[in-house]
Amino acid sequence: MSEIEKNEYVQHRSRRKFLKEMAAGIGLIALPGKEASASMWEDFFQKHFRELSKDELKNVLARLEKKYSKQFSKQVTVKATPPIEGVRYGYALDLSRCIGCRRCVYACVKENNQSRDPQIHWIRVLQMNKEKGVDLSQAEHYYNPEKVPEKGHFYMPVQCQQCENPPCTKVCPVQATWKENDGIVVVDYNWCIGCRYCMAACPYGARHFNWGKPGLPAAEMNPDTHYLGNRPRPIGVVEKCTFCIQRTREQPGRYPACEEICPVGARKFGNLLDPESEIRYLIENKRVFILKEELNTQPKFFYFYAT
Amino acid sequence: MKTRSFTCPTLVLVAILLFQFMSATQSQAVRVKEFDRSGKLIVVEKTAAELQPTYNIKNKLAENIFPVPRPPFSEGIFPCSQCHSYMKPNPTRRTLTEYHTEIVLHHAEGQRWCTDCHNLVNRDKLRLVSGELINFTESYRLCGQCHGDKFRDWKVGVHGKRTGYWNGDKQYLLCVHCHNPHDPKFKALKPLPPPERPGTARH
Repeated sequence: MSEIEKNEYVQHRSRRKFLKEMAAGIGLIALPGKEASASMWEDFFQKHFRELSKDELKNVLARLEKKYSKQFSKQVTVKATPPIEGVRYGYALDLSRCIGCRRCVYACVKENNQSRDPQIHWIRVLQMNKEKGVDLSQAEHYYNPEKVPEKGHFYMPVQCQQCENPPCTKVCPVQATWKENDGIVVVDYNWCIGCRYCMAACPYGARHFNWGKPGLPAAEMNPDTHYLGNRPRPIGVVEKCTFCIQRTREQPGRYPACEEICPVGARKFGNLLDPESEIRYLIENKRVFILKEELNTQPKFFYFYAT
Repeated sequence: MKTRSFTCPTLVLVAILLFQFMSATQSQAVRVKEFDRSGKLIVVEKTAAELQPTYNIKNKLAENIFPVPRPPFSEGIFPCSQCHSYMKPNPTRRTLTEYHTEIVLHHAEGQRWCTDCHNLVNRDKLRLVSGELINFTESYRLCGQCHGDKFRDWKVGVHGKRTGYWNGDKQYLLCVHCHNPHDPKFKALKPLPPPERPGTARH
């Protein structure tokens, strides 16, 4: 008896009423709070970075600066420095000097605001056997001896090779990653949908995904950021080395953090279009090779032997 | 009068030829054949100054001065003359027992000893093989005498370290900022931690 009454009660509240209540509820939720109102709306409707006008870009940067400053309780600047005219960045790594100390890995982590927990490293140092030579299938990157360099081994750090013909930009379904005029392949973190096609396409394993919310302590955060570079990333986007775009696009341009910290001077950086630069000198005069040349990605990260 | 008809024109001719010859060497560059880096025989123009043999140090062209930070002296050791100006120089090769005992030479110690690089009389200067005295801020020239290939690479920034801006001013670090000149071989150091193995991190 009571069950029939219950059923009758349910039918009294008509579908129409139910739907109206639902719509009202959603309407209430959609109405954002007082503080978050403008930024949430603008965040959602932000256009692709390359379509933004100058004013829109300024607004976006101001909004991001406000957000990050609040999040990290310190004055954070987000800039969008354009590429310098007549520049094509090149990087070179001296395999005869690298000792595998990993100071570049952690300098990059500090400079580029990478997540500490879950751990993301943009640079991966591979330990290889001198007898076997450069053989990526035999490389070890979890090495942890007492002292480096270990006898009979050499070390090869790998990071985004900033290819001239990048496979990652071809597969992005939303064009969230592209190659800029100075050769740096960049990611717009606000446009990336996190499908990870680019990670599958990259032959060097240079792209990293934020599987969890990035754990970045405010005390260790670098407040001098670039929109396409080292600004704090949200969950669910792909990130990678950008040749320290926030440093190298300055005038005068600073060196990337990994280059500056290397204790043996194994890393060289410069403008490939400048005939006087050190990078041009060593490409022209030293034994130089690139990784996975047969894939025709034409990377701008060269490995060389100075001796 | 008779001689004038013979000697005067010849004298004038000789004078003209001499003048031309002199001006040729002074204002025009001389073309010499040389091998370039790839092995091709090329013709280069060289001025009189460049043609001088440089194994005579009087003719040597001035090297570029490279901007370097202060050499890494031990505390209070420089200028050396504050002690050595009143000490009698002893050129005998020996193991030092009174001072500088912490310096053990592991750098061609079979062929050289202290005064082959440090000048015997004026200890504030270093001594090149040619006898030329240089400052400690130019010590790269001393190292470059034997390590010419490293010196050539260091000058363009491929060997060693340069700080500064990739498209601006740079400072060169001296050889001795990284390599101890008495024991230059790098010591092994402890690497920073490896990346976490996937699946082992506890969140």
